[in-house]
Amino acid sequence: MATEAQALAGDWGGGVHPYRVGHRKLGMWLFIMSDSLTFSTLLMGYAYLRASNVWPTPFRFYPSIVFSSVMTLVLLSSSLTMVMAVSASARRNKSSARKWIVATALLGVTFIVLHAIEWKHLIDEGLRPFQLPAEWVEKWPGATPLFGATFFGITGMHMFHVFTGCIYLLVVAGRVKKLKHEDVEISGLYWHFVDLVWMFVFPMIYLLSVYPKK
Amino acid sequence: MAEATHPEVHRHPAPTGFIRKYIFSLDHKVIGIQYILLALSAVVVGMIMSVLMRVNLSWPGTHLKIMETLFPQGAPGGVMTPEFYLSLVTMHGTIMVFFVLTTAPQGGFGNYFLPIQIGADDMAFPVLNMMSFWVTFVGFLVLLLAIFAEGNATVGGWISKLGESFAGGSGTVGPIGGWTGYPPLSALGKIAGPGQGAGVNLWIISIAIFCVGSLLGALNFITTLLNMRTRGMSLMRMPLTCWAWFTTAILALLSFPVLLGGGILLLLDRIAGTSFFIPGGLYVSGSTVPLHNGGSPLLWQHLFWFFGHPEVYIAILPGMGATSHILSTFARKPVFGYRAMVFAIFAIGGLGFFVWGHHMFISGMSPYSAVAFSILTLSIGVPSAIKTFNWLGTLWGAKIRFTTPMLFAIGFVSLFVAGGITGLVLGQTSLDFFFHDTYFVTAHFHLVMGVASIFGMFAATYFWFPKMFGRMMNESLGKFHFWITFLGVYAIFVPFHAMGLLGMPRRYASFGEYEFLKNSHSLVLFVTIAAIITVAVQVVFYFNFFWSMFKGKVAGDNPWEATTLEWTIPSPPPHDNFAGVVPVVYHGAYEFSVPGAPNDFIMQTEPEGVALGAELGGASGNGGNGHKA
Ligand code: HEM
Ligand SMILES: [Cu+2]
Repeated sequence: MATEAQALAGDWGGGVHPYRVGHRKLGMWLFIMSDSLTFSTLLMGYAYLRASNVWPTPFRFYPSIVFSSVMTLVLLSSSLTMVMAVSASARRNKSSARKWIVATALLGVTFIVLHAIEWKHLIDEGLRPFQLPAEWVEKWPGATPLFGATFFGITGMHMFHVFTGCIYLLVVAGRVKKLKHEDVEISGLYWHFVDLVWMFVFPMIYLLSVYPKK
Repeated sequence: MAEATHPEVHRHPAPTGFIRKYIFSLDHKVIGIQYILLALSAVVVGMIMSVLMRVNLSWPGTHLKIMETLFPQGAPGGVMTPEFYLSLVTMHGTIMVFFVLTTAPQGGFGNYFLPIQIGADDMAFPVLNMMSFWVTFVGFLVLLLAIFAEGNATVGGWISKLGESFAGGSGTVGPIGGWTGYPPLSALGKIAGPGQGAGVNLWIISIAIFCVGSLLGALNFITTLLNMRTRGMSLMRMPLTCWAWFTTAILALLSFPVLLGGGILLLLDRIAGTSFFIPGGLYVSGSTVPLHNGGSPLLWQHLFWFFGHPEVYIAILPGMGATSHILSTFARKPVFGYRAMVFAIFAIGGLGFFVWGHHMFISGMSPYSAVAFSILTLSIGVPSAIKTFNWLGTLWGAKIRFTTPMLFAIGFVSLFVAGGITGLVLGQTSLDFFFHDTYFVTAHFHLVMGVASIFGMFAATYFWFPKMFGRMMNESLGKFHFWITFLGVYAIFVPFHAMGLLGMPRRYASFGEYEFLKNSHSLVLFVTIAAIITVAVQVVFYFNFFWSMFKGKVAGDNPWEATTLEWTIPSPPPHDNFAGVVPVVYHGAYEFSVPGAPNDFIMQTEPEGVALGAELGGASGNGGNGHKA
């Protein structure tokens, strides 16, 4: 598309896409920037509240840490399958791309299911957005009910992103023959972003709250 | 949709049905006008509220039949209760900041003119663009519902079906937490007293919806500007308006998500029983608040003002852009220090993210942080001064054409300086200790953010109206409107400073009881009368606007003899802006009075080295139109 005149004018001279990406890919990057600020807001709020309160550290090795580690592994693998999807699509192998995208979405669903089970463990123990289980209150006197609020709030927000991501991926998989390679890449961007967020959530929410040895 | 990456190809043919053409339109020009109309409606509501507030302050106990009908509980017998006054403060502030100053400057004029000024046929994402308008519109409806949710039994009845915390009936008229919605009171729900029930829920929801709409818009603006500039439209050839809209979009992209996050947490506190912003052991309305513990009201202040300060630049930067543009056009001189102007816009936008603490000086923050915030705040004075002096430099020695848009642009500079000076006062911790929450603050932000931005928008309206509707607005009415409004706003807001010095607190429904304010009554009365006159004069503007749409003098393509791309095309522009031709740009945006050129302006599309006189001919239209009046 670049004629000689444009090449002379350079990337910023107008008439070209300065970052060599189409509108939608640029748009996705911008969306990711703003969404990462939404998550930062929640995580900063969490840090602020945690620093100014007695904070319970209730996650025992089983089930919570095991579950969350497996979930992390599942998400990491899903990023890998997404990379495979994008590279298949780059080779114009649409049916292979479709398979990898579906695999990615399935891993996403697995993550949600595991996460739901993990939530259920905690809910059964008595954790609520507005209160701690009685046992925890005994163990950590004066602990704040904000543990549940931040836990459900932040992981819930992340899960919502995984959920919309799965739907998005399935739509892309369904229409992959009609879509351009860049569109597959864009869905990959979103998916990797959702993974990346988890890489902050996992240590901050889970690993910082491991049950003390003694 | 896959062809969206080719800006040259027009992506959607001109629609024919009424709905696709005017309601759910994908055309950025129609969407821009929709935003402008939304702002024009919202500002009427906001203005009526401000007059009601002033009336209550000057003549407490005034009886108004219509209020009794609309708000039987908020104004029993037609006399407003103090809570009703506070809900007016809240609604007035929220409507003005969000639905007037964030919609018209960016969503309205930005939408209409950014694509044209960079030579694009539309925004990058037309569908998103349409969605962002309609999302914003829904947000406005929800906000209006919030007024009625508690003070009007019928509406309250519908809303209460949404759940327990939406049950109204507190007897006031919607939210009373101010546009800043400070917790803990705003986080507690009905137990916090009147006006903290359903209305606040709806207020938060409305803001959250607004955030989403603005984010969609911001993403669209940035992509459009980066990717869709036409050939030759390098960054440094862009009109300053485009720089302003671009910076505003970046600010919106980075600040609205923070408000969105904060808003979600606040709503959770209210409807899910969480305690993000509610500390333990609160004693409110005669009883202790059970079950909540550990939260921090200051966290909300941090989140809100991290958004809130950039928000004031979101309101004013487009006005700065329009002012620079218009000053240069009617001074017939290039913008003085174009590059410095660009850097100043970015500096103001960038620094704006690091000064939020100046709203929290009295929150008990460490004096060291206060000093840091103070220094950062005062340092914004540097780029602001650069802009001001460059505006003056643009005017210096010019043969100015005093058209109505020019008058409003000069008015903008005046108001920006008048309001900005007091920013330097409030930015100092020790002084803010005294002035915080007095009318001095109200004076400062009304001048610098409120009225200055509004003047920017008036200037933009008078300036671009001929392009948008193909007809000129009436100059005599315009000038009348300008002079009364200009004097009026000073008459309203300068006395506010004096009241602030007296220690008059903001957000108070009456001052009668306070001995130390007894003497200020005549001042209060003066302001109210000035406000009534100023608001009444706006009728002239509305009349001029709608009358000129049909009856105004027909405008040519380029009535102001301006240089930028929108003036190279017919008024109003065709559906795809450039009728399928891709414009090519050879000049910067402000080549006025270039020595040796046959005319005193060179269009951006004027090919380099061509005999200029021969080129100008028909395209530049009836140049003598506006400025001789
Ligand atoms: C006709 C012009 C206007 C008049 C007479 C007016 C009057 C007032 C009054 C009386 C208050 C309440 C003061 C108090 O009791 O604390 C107020 C608050 C406010 N106004 Fe205006 N106003 C006008 C225009 C505007 C505009 C254009 C804006 C746009 C930014 C604006 C934004 C606000 C805000 C943000 C508040 C603070 C609300 C709060 O305390 O939460 N006003 N105004
Ligand atoms: Cu500020």
